[in-house]
Amino acid sequence: MIWIVKNLWLIPALPLVAAGIISVNKQPKRKLAASLAIGSMVLGFLLSLCAFAATLGHGGGEHGAFREVFSFPWLQFGGQWMSIGWVLDPLTAVMLMMVTFVGMLIFIFSVGYMAHDVNFMRFFCFLALFASGMLGVVIANNLLLLFISWEIVGLTSYLLIGFWYHKPSAAAAAKKAFITTRIGDLGLLIGMVWLYAETGTLNFYEGGKGCLESGALAQMLTHATIGGMAVSTAIGLLIFLGAVGKSGQLPLHVWLPDAMEGPTPVSALIHAATMVAAGVFLVARVYPLMAAGALMGEHGVPVTTSLTIVTWIGALTAIFAASIAVAQNDIKRILAYSTVSQLGYMMMGLGVGGVAVGMFHLITHAFFKALLFLGSASVIHGCHEEQDIRKMGGIRKYMPITFAVYAVGMLALAGFPLFFSGFWSKDEILHAAHGWSVSQVPFYLGCAGALFTAFYMTRQVALVFFGSYRGHPEESSHGHFAHSHSSSHSHDPHESPAVMTVPLVILAGFAILLGVIGTPAWPWFETYLNGHHVEFDLGKLTASGTLTLMVSSSLIVFTGLGLGVWLYGKRQRKTAGEQDVLEAFQPAIFKVLQNKYYIDELYEVTVIRFNAFAAWLCDFADKWIFGGAVLVVSYLTLGFAWLYRLTDEYFVNLGFDAGCDSIRGGGGFLSKLHAGRVQTYLRIIGVALVMLILFLIWGRKA
Amino acid sequence: MTPLQICLLVSALLFAIGFAGAVTRRHAILALVGIELMLNAANLNFIVFWRFGAHPEALTGVMFVIFSIAIAAAEAAVGLALVIAIYRHYKTSNLDEVKDLKG
Repeated sequence: MIWIVKNLWLIPALPLVAAGIISVNKQPKRKLAASLAIGSMVLGFLLSLCAFAATLGHGGGEHGAFREVFSFPWLQFGGQWMSIGWVLDPLTAVMLMMVTFVGMLIFIFSVGYMAHDVNFMRFFCFLALFASGMLGVVIANNLLLLFISWEIVGLTSYLLIGFWYHKPSAAAAAKKAFITTRIGDLGLLIGMVWLYAETGTLNFYEGGKGCLESGALAQMLTHATIGGMAVSTAIGLLIFLGAVGKSGQLPLHVWLPDAMEGPTPVSALIHAATMVAAGVFLVARVYPLMAAGALMGEHGVPVTTSLTIVTWIGALTAIFAASIAVAQNDIKRILAYSTVSQLGYMMMGLGVGGVAVGMFHLITHAFFKALLFLGSASVIHGCHEEQDIRKMGGIRKYMPITFAVYAVGMLALAGFPLFFSGFWSKDEILHAAHGWSVSQVPFYLGCAGALFTAFYMTRQVALVFFGSYRGHPEESSHGHFAHSHSSSHSHDPHESPAVMTVPLVILAGFAILLGVIGTPAWPWFETYLNGHHVEFDLGKLTASGTLTLMVSSSLIVFTGLGLGVWLYGKRQRKTAGEQDVLEAFQPAIFKVLQNKYYIDELYEVTVIRFNAFAAWLCDFADKWIFGGAVLVVSYLTLGFAWLYRLTDEYFVNLGFDAGCDSIRGGGGFLSKLHAGRVQTYLRIIGVALVMLILFLIWGRKA
Repeated sequence: MTPLQICLLVSALLFAIGFAGAVTRRHAILALVGIELMLNAANLNFIVFWRFGAHPEALTGVMFVIFSIAIAAAEAAVGLALVIAIYRHYKTSNLDEVKDLKG
């Protein structure tokens, strides 16, 4: 076994230790905290590179991709040992590199972004813990270890989204994120327990005995459950429910846009490198379970009930979130809905094209979405914590570097042809969707989503970076020209420091270059994940189906871009309060989109009201039924106690009291005799003597 | 009336006088005098019962009374010393005011 497999645990352990050390230190040691967190990520990245190198060059054999596992018994219950462990395969290696690298850049960026925050140490402690949880998810060869890390991710997302907990909206958003993902986690937990009950193991791969290997899968396929569904399908769907919660798919997407209340680097981390990627990664990890018993489709892509559901949910989420993003005004919220939409694409890719298709988009998306979020953080930082794009504009002049990298990210996300990574990964998904044997609808939904994506990104960039700055209208109406001039100068947006721009430039580089590893001509990524040999073949690029699709998707992107430029680039809004172009055109639809299809309101009147009713019912039952029973019992006890007291006081105590009183009376009488006067004593003695004599005299007679 | 009865009457009278003095006198020394009278009444009884008893030839009664007188002398010395100590302590020899015997 290669040393890196044995020591793979170091990668999540390093940030965990860093978080521990930071947490026990006192507040002012900012440099220590930042360097510990970043250092742990750098070391993790180096180890990930080693792991990646170990997985290279193993493709092409009859065993498929490189896969080494390391397990050890961890927990004993009954006669069974629960073992946990980690696995190194191309999927793990790719994710490890992505998480550590993007995480590292985000950490470095945070040093600049959070420089003025009082709770700098706490922030880095949580960041490191967050990364640690995500890395734990990635390396896990065991659903239990994965679940534990998964919950660490959930916890730290709560802590980070609510980092500025003094804002009520942030506290509410943190709670929402935690509870919403918890609904999905319940599915994952049930699926996990069921899986253990069926197969007796939670290890993914264990030399033929793991639950994702053919023996266990075949066993699960033969068992049927409700409605004739194979057990593997049911478990797969339950696990997918966990992914739906974490990755913000319909209908559990509501927490993701609200999670924007956290500091922006956190949003970048959640949206790019860690949390939401965890859901997609989970589906990719249990893909054999999802694909078990598949009828092979036309292109050798498995088609099963669970994968069909994954596809549909992904496709619907993609178009749904993209259309909402069109009508949002908060720079981060647009990106949030964009993430939800892109996650839908990933799920769709997993469903229609397998692990490689979905994961490729996950990796490219991680880079350009981290870039976009950090870019927006830079913009927000430069515009003095302003997030409303209507109040920005013309920032290109003030922040040239941010503008350049943001444009790269935007083009990558929009899928600008040939030069940007987003184009290749999205095209691969659309290509797979086109060839899907079940239905063509997801393909068209995906195309429409791509159009929306190009459009809303153009709208955002046009509003933020072009035109004139609309940030300080109240100062122009000030009167004192000289004063307002000087103060408006200091309130102009400013470029961010190098600690923030350098990570942006690096991410921008990757946002462009990463596309190379997954083009149809050189599908290295796919062959790497599947363990085949890669062949360079320019002919594939011009093969009729591929070419048509590439051209048509380019056309879609150009349409979206052109529409955005036409609507927002040409006619720049002059003031922040001006009506949106689309709003003027179609006020009703715009309002629905702006209010996110009223999903939150729908949940408000259904789920939350039901929950409130259930809570009220439970409270009522608790107070009156159970509480009443307890009250009756307590009153009964009280009655008995009262009876006992009565007996005690009036029967038992009375005798004692009487005895005590007589003793006390006697004592009092004797103490009166004992007055201290010698002569009195003498007198008593005299009386006693006389009585004695009298007694002797008369007693003798009697 | 036999001589024995007469003597017993005298000693009873003596005892009663002594007792009355010891009980009624406020002055400590006079109370002490009363006590001495009661003691001598007892001594008189010893002598009387010896003299008119069954064996007047043995000197038991006299011996007893000599012992008793010796002890009474010692007791009187202690008593007077006590009276002086009480007087020094309480600045009075009035027995009514000396009540600290009570605990």
